[in-house]
Order: sequence, then C-alpha cells, then structure tokens
Amino acid sequence: MVLTLGLSGCGGPEEKGTVTVFAAASLTESFTTLGKQFEAAHQGTTVKFNFAGSSALATQITQGAPADVFASAASKNMATIGDAAVTPTMFVKNQLVIATAKGNPKQITGVADLTEPGLKVALCAAEVPCGAAAGTALDAAGVKLTPVTLEQDVKAALSKVKLGEVDAALVYRTDARTASADVDTVEFPESAKAINEYPIAVLKGAANPTGARQFVDYVLSADGIEVLTAAGFQAP
Amino acid sequence: MTRQRVPPALLVPAIGGLLFLVLPLAGLLWRTPWSTLLSRLREPEVAQALRLSLLTASLATLLCLVLGVPLAWLLARVTFPGRRLVRALITVPLVLPPVVGGIALLLALGRRGLLGGWLDETFGVSLPFTTAGVVVAEAFVALPFLVIAVEGALRGADTRYEEAAATLGASRWITFTHVTLPLVAPGIAAGGVLCWARALGEFGATITFAGNYPGITQTMPLAVYQTMESGDLDGAVVLSLILLAVSVTILAALRDRWLAAP
Repeated sequence: MVLTLGLSGCGGPEEKGTVTVFAAASLTESFTTLGKQFEAAHQGTTVKFNFAGSSALATQITQGAPADVFASAASKNMATIGDAAVTPTMFVKNQLVIATAKGNPKQITGVADLTEPGLKVALCAAEVPCGAAAGTALDAAGVKLTPVTLEQDVKAALSKVKLGEVDAALVYRTDARTASADVDTVEFPESAKAINEYPIAVLKGAANPTGARQFVDYVLSADGIEVLTAAGFQAP
Repeated sequence: MTRQRVPPALLVPAIGGLLFLVLPLAGLLWRTPWSTLLSRLREPEVAQALRLSLLTASLATLLCLVLGVPLAWLLARVTFPGRRLVRALITVPLVLPPVVGGIALLLALGRRGLLGGWLDETFGVSLPFTTAGVVVAEAFVALPFLVIAVEGALRGADTRYEEAAATLGASRWITFTHVTLPLVAPGIAAGGVLCWARALGEFGATITFAGNYPGITQTMPLAVYQTMESGDLDGAVVLSLILLAVSVTILAALRDRWLAAP
C-alpha cells in the first residue's frame, strides 16, 4: 500500500500536509537545507524535524512518537525499531575526524597524539553511533584513550571543543566542516575502518505516508545527494 | 477543628492535581521490570552513579549552607541599596533552564571562562569534567531554594529576641550565632533538604558544565539519560526508580523530623 502510494508520489498530484522527520544530530544542517528545498518543490507540504542522537530517536519511535521518516546515523539504531521501518535504504556514509581548536595549538597529527598526558579529549558515549565508531577506530589504531567526558551526541562533543574545554574530540567530518570557523580538522587513516552508514526509512503507521515517501525519494535523488556531499558526506 | 463538607468545586480539581503528579510515578512502577531489579542494582555502574550522586548532592548542600545562610541573613536583616535587584538575581537559577545554567557556568568557570581562565593559568585548576564541577553545577541550581527558605524563616522569626540580645550588649555576630541561628534552625534544615533534593535531581547544568564520565561526573540523572539513549528502556526505568525511592525516602524522613506539619 505504502509502496504503491510511494511510486505514484513522484510527479503525481501533490500531497499536502506535514512530514515529520526524526533525524540523527549529525544531519541537522544538511537536512534543514533539504527540508527547505523539498518544501519549495512540494508546495503545501511542511517538513518538521526532530534532531537528536539516533539511539534516543529510536527509543522515542518505539515508544510511539508520531514520526513519518527516520534517518539514523547507524544501521544498529534502525534495527532497534524493527519492522516499524519500511525498507530502510543506505543514503550516505560519514567518517570520523579529530576536531581541534583553531590553529591546532597542541599540534595533534593523529589519534596516537590524543594520549599525551594533560590532553583533554571528548568522545561520544559508546551507546551512540559516533561513540561506537570512535571505539572501532581507536581499536583499529591500537590506541587506549581515557576521555574526560562521554557526550550524548556528536554536536555536544564538538561544542566542548568550540568552547575550548577539551583539546580534541572525535567527531564526524561533516560536523567538523560545519564548525570550520571555530575548529580545525585532522584526518586520521584508522577512521576508514569505522565508517558510519546512514539508513533512511519511511515508518509503518506514518500519518503522512505519501509525503514521507516523497521526502525519502527527495533525499535519495541527485539533488538530495548533492546537498549531502557538499556537507562532507560520502555518497553510498 | 470542625469537620466541614468539602465543596466539590475544590475537591475535584484537588484530586485532579494529585493524580496529575502521581500518575507518571505510577507509570514508572507499572513499567518496572521487577524480576531483573535486583541484578540491575548490583551492577557496579549503578552503585557508582548512586554513590557519586549522594556525595555530590551532600557537598553541594554544604556549600549552599555556607554561602546561602549569610546571604539570606543579609537580605532579611540589612537594608542596602539594590536589595530588590539582588533578591531577583538570586532567584534567576530557579527559572533558568538548567542547560543555560551549564553554559553560563562554562563561560564563567570553564577553561577559557571569565574566572576559569585565570584559575587554570594561575593554579592549574579547571572545574569542568571533575567531581568538584558537578558540586558547583548542583550548588548553582540549588542555592536559591536554600536562600528563599532561610530568608522566609528569618522574616517570620520574632526580632525581639535579637533586639534584646543587642540591648544586652551582644555584638551582631554573637546575636547571629547565639540567637538568630537557633531561632531559624528548622527553616535552615527545611531549606537544606529542598536544596539537597534539587541537587540530587540536577541534570542539565551538570551534563553541560561537568560532562559525563562514569565514576567522576556521571551522577544518577546522567546515568538514566545515557541508559535511555542507548535504547535500554528497562534499565532507564530501574535507575529512575532507584533515584525516586532515595529521594522520597529521605524527603519523607527529613520532613517529619524538620518540617512540623500540623
């Protein structure tokens, strides 16, 4: 049913109404842009966003939060909601970088430097995708690291760098790029072992399944992927 | 006391109000996985977070008593220009979203903060990500509760005893310690209990200012949030229940002891 509606969605008569999108915190900027473009292309449709850590969003969805679309920063959190997700599709990939203060005053060149005594590092908590990825990347590098804090999402970890409270944080390349006025980015090779794949899905029981399918199709379209790659995401 | 018929116009909304407060707690109890409760309680992370919560809330209360009682006395007993403004400023943390409080604390006491930058450069002291930072965050949001309670007690106290002590030659300090303090002790205790309870429940300012690290800055409310974030609703419910049980037990015990309810 949803599928047939979805197929007729492209180019068919415009469905009016609101599309509620639950999206990972790391998608905040690019999805906000995508939402505006989508609204311009589908007159009468409004996109509402709820941005947070993917795990929190998955919990909200399983507890019955009224969402039409879920875009997660990891397939694990998409799996959490089980068959509430209708045919999840990978749409972008993201990689970790080290974010440092502007000018990289501590001269950090790789993850091994993060264990220097006196250096303060923020990581995401292991429960959220950026934390899980950080764990994998650090293991791949053989680096044992004691952070000063485990933040609840990637934006919170980045804020601690912007404020100067920590010397470095492992964050997504896209988030570091958004904050390029305040932070510098150090790429590290081990992050290739911990690439996050982002799935997106229409949700079963969506109040606006047609609008939801149209939004997902828009994200997957060439226009959508262009916005996402411009923000630093990699195409799947 | 004469027994009166309660007008339904008052009784109905009163019961509604009670239900409104109690129903969410009932939801928590209803959803509690009782069978795994004990094993969850024994998890070292839970014990660690609970211990840290009790320690920091108690230290924050102590800090509030040391700073707050003199502040309340100043507001209640001394007339000075700008007293109304000072009183308004003291109540700001009551209405400020705790996250805003956390950001404000970072900008004041963080490594690059107004005072924190100097502390870091001169003494190498940095509060964020330390247990002391948790105490500071908790004290910031809890202090108004203490000041307001103690100021109220001071205003309600009979000043004739203080005047008598002064007439008999007691200095202001002696009057304060020997007359005023014993007179408002129940008020101070009540304020302290409120202050402790608020500190125990503190979340927003703590996670923003002090960060989240098990054993150092992860108090119970932060542990609840992290467990919830990880999709472990059962775990979050159990932790919430423990926090609720501790707060209710201590509030009830201290209320009977200190707040003479008629």
